[in-house]
Amino acid sequence: MNFDKEFDASGLSCPLPIVKTKKALVDMESGQVLKVISTDCGSVKDMQAFADQTGNTLLSTTEEGGKYIFMMKKK
Amino acid sequence: MTTKKMAIIATKGTLDMAYPPFILASTAAALGYDVQIFFTFYGLQLLRKDLSDVKISPLANPAMPMPVPMPVMVQMLPGMESMATMMMKQKLAKHGVASLEELRDLCLEADVKFIACQMTVDLFEFDKSEFIDNVEYGGASMFFGFAGETDICLFV
Repeated sequence: MNFDKEFDASGLSCPLPIVKTKKALVDMESGQVLKVISTDCGSVKDMQAFADQTGNTLLSTTEEGGKYIFMMKKK
Repeated sequence: MTTKKMAIIATKGTLDMAYPPFILASTAAALGYDVQIFFTFYGLQLLRKDLSDVKISPLANPAMPMPVPMPVMVQMLPGMESMATMMMKQKLAKHGVASLEELRDLCLEADVKFIACQMTVDLFEFDKSEFIDNVEYGGASMFFGFAGETDICLFV
């Protein structure tokens, strides 16, 4: 999947993946896609909850070798 | 949709109890909440420029997981508090948990408003110059002006 920006949150624990994802989205344009990489298993549910509450769209969640990859489309 | 609001009353100044207000505030701000934290009593310690005196003690904290069981008589020995604090900070860093300073900065960056209880500042004769700059000083009524309209209000 294509993306416009990548944020690697590997090694970070709650709440940093979410708080820094929000920061990464700030200077992006509506419709652009942010790829987030996380090693925190809690971020799977958190990222969905973040999308639900902020109006951004979580396009996909995948797992690759212990890392979670999220594709977040900015509102 | 109107902006949701959250208010937190932070009353504790130990390392373990310093985390919840900053974690919840920074997360809520990331979710788009308008957030205020009212720091009162020992919670005021979390507003110091230098947070190195924020410590954790196993004493009177029986729920704290210890690597080895430690009798209270040992917990009270000199240096135990510093050792427990050092170990906790190492554990936090190892697990990728942000430092208090980083979480506090993230809160400020996200426009979380910090209010310091003026009465407690006077009571403990704290020097305001030792606190960070982004603090407003006020009392309970000032806080209720915001807290009364919140969706979530927590006491920590």
